[in-house]
Amino acid sequence: MSQVAKVDLTRVKPYGDTLNDGMVQTSFTLPIPYGDAAKEAARLLAKKMGLEEPSVVYSKDLGIDYTYFIVYGKCIHTVDYTKIEVPKVDIEIMSKEEVEQYIKDNIKRNVVIVGACTGTDAHTVGIDAIMNMKGYAGHFGLERYEGIDAYNLGSQVPNEELVAKAIELEADAILVSQVVTQKDVHIPNLTELVELLEAEGIRDDIILVCGGPRISHELAKELGYDAGFGPGTFAEDVATFIVIEIVKRRLV
Amino acid sequence: MSKLNLDPIRIDNSRNAAKQIAEDVQEFIDKHTTTSTERAVARLLGIDGVDEISKPLPNVLIDNIKDGGGLEQGAAYWIGNGVVQRGDTPQEIAEKISRGELDITRISTGSEEKIQDTIYELAQETVDKIKQNRDKREELIQTLGEGKKPYIYVIVATGNIYEDMVQAQAAARQGADVIAVIRTTGQSLLDYVPYGPTTEGFGGTYATQENFKLMRRALDEVGEEVGRYIRLCNYCSGLCMPEIAAMGALERLDMMLNDALYGILFRDINMQRTLIDQYFSRVINGYAGIIINTGEDNYLTTDDAVEAAHTVLASQFINEQFALKAGIPEEQMGLGHAFEMDPSLENGFLYELAQAQMAREIFPNAPLKYMPPTKYMTGNIFMGHIQDALFNMVAIMTGQGIQLLGMLTEAIHTPHLHDRYLAIENAQYIFNNARNLGDEISFKEDGIIQNRAQEVLEKAEELLKEIANIGLFQTIEQGKFGGVKRSRTGGKGLEGVAKKGSAYFNPFIQLMVGGDR
Repeated sequence: MSQVAKVDLTRVKPYGDTLNDGMVQTSFTLPIPYGDAAKEAARLLAKKMGLEEPSVVYSKDLGIDYTYFIVYGKCIHTVDYTKIEVPKVDIEIMSKEEVEQYIKDNIKRNVVIVGACTGTDAHTVGIDAIMNMKGYAGHFGLERYEGIDAYNLGSQVPNEELVAKAIELEADAILVSQVVTQKDVHIPNLTELVELLEAEGIRDDIILVCGGPRISHELAKELGYDAGFGPGTFAEDVATFIVIEIVKRRLV
Repeated sequence: MSKLNLDPIRIDNSRNAAKQIAEDVQEFIDKHTTTSTERAVARLLGIDGVDEISKPLPNVLIDNIKDGGGLEQGAAYWIGNGVVQRGDTPQEIAEKISRGELDITRISTGSEEKIQDTIYELAQETVDKIKQNRDKREELIQTLGEGKKPYIYVIVATGNIYEDMVQAQAAARQGADVIAVIRTTGQSLLDYVPYGPTTEGFGGTYATQENFKLMRRALDEVGEEVGRYIRLCNYCSGLCMPEIAAMGALERLDMMLNDALYGILFRDINMQRTLIDQYFSRVINGYAGIIINTGEDNYLTTDDAVEAAHTVLASQFINEQFALKAGIPEEQMGLGHAFEMDPSLENGFLYELAQAQMAREIFPNAPLKYMPPTKYMTGNIFMGHIQDALFNMVAIMTGQGIQLLGMLTEAIHTPHLHDRYLAIENAQYIFNNARNLGDEISFKEDGIIQNRAQEVLEKAEELLKEIANIGLFQTIEQGKFGGVKRSRTGGKGLEGVAKKGSAYFNPFIQLMVGGDR
């Protein structure tokens, strides 16, 4: 054992078969015709990526004067593992089954969630991923959760209509998806919803959540939302937040 | 003959129950029409283009008819009357309406016989054109040849039709037989078809007639070069099913996703609307020689692939009967299913094999559309590539017709150029290396594979009998497919449904299937 070199956690680099050999595998396509010149281009590019002694182990003509490469090389960079800090998520995400059990144990009735793409936004990919039965990437959507009544109102829903529907259904939570954010059109739209809920006097009775590729938790809080979810969010993340919030705010 | 020892009586019972289910729904369909059906009629009568606010003229026309309370008589009647009374072409009529110069339901009406004669003459020209497209396809397949089955089917999805064309040609050179241009997110819920070539889309490219034409040309070009007819596929689903079918027939598409159940369950489209729409769209697809692809695979992404396997089979039986009603021959029925079992399941491969072989034996002439693993793809591209390999293995062993290739990067991003190459290489290796494996093997009597297939068939038979008793609408209301419940009057598009009136006629149904509907 004593002959095995010790890892220096302040200078960590990739491991192939020997400590600190830095071995990295990568593959990519370059828009240039297949041949020796292409291979050399891939090798030079790998060097620029910080890979020493790059070796183009495979290349393939992709048929439109583009070439695919598989390249190995030794990474020259290191990271200081001891200095890493990952911002903590303030809730522990539950699985679908755990959320369902949590509702049974703590809320003891169905949770009503209304969601929509509001304003001019017609891109339901985000709200569908969270709400629709099918969900996203193998993560079922809220419609499929036992104990959750999920209503996906679809695209281009006016804020007024969303609020009216939330009142009609006695919603516990509202989800707003904003995918189109050209010229920051989502900001006034998201703000208007908060104002409408306040005018109706129901802002405090509702858990208000927004999501989208340019939405962050910080931005959401700033706009008066309870939470904001960015890319890579699944239904269970949103569901966990909502059910815990319902209990925390005594909205049971 | 059967490797699975399937009970032919159970198959017959299932088929008969499915027939009854389809007939019940057909009775409803025959009494109704929809805005999108009538817009398709308008398109087939030569109406195209947009007004000054980019609203498609078929919508302008049908909205004018609907606002005038005339939807129940159908577009053919009103257009025919306009042609007879004014001497304009259908296109001129639509243009006049768009300029506010004409209110089509407010002009005096001529004899129904005269109207019908006029329209049938116009309709025949379009039908002839579609027939020519069909002949052209046959001729190209004869002279160029085509890929062996399973056809290698890949997707392009750049959002920009011109970029799609480059990628599609690359895929064809790499070995693809079918190119599907995936639609932009949300198009299925648009109640109109956008116009012209498009270069911006989210996760896909708008289905427009011009985009169809451009891609057709690109594929014909590359087909000449590689010596194989390259098929073009698009999505005849959503709120504009019949219109997309009309456009596809005119631009010689070869395949269409075409399944009302998918729209009902996964896009929350009103069931009445989309079943009526599906009928006319399938009539057009059938006549145009287009292979339809049904969407049973999707049930397995929401429901469990082992437990819900019989719902896939039941739905295939129903889709077969609906297709027959619309005049689609078996050779154009790309009934769907998928390789979606949890890879950690012991003997999962055997169950997948049983399911695929079962579909093959029950629908012997259908070019089955086999869908790749998606649900249990994780981002581990290396494992994913092996999952796709097993999927390809089942396909070649069971004689699937259309293989939508799995991508190792499923669940990460829409395919990169080289993802598609790796997928095609995977499929070609396995299809070639195990080409006749299926002919060489039989399954053990009373073994795992036989028993599994028999069990699935038995459950499907039970389900179909139940559906035949309560009706398809109620079955969907109860959430029996994909675990999704939809109400008969809920969802999108119900406002576009109308009961047919006494003067209603759709010349294309007559001309394409010969039935009097």
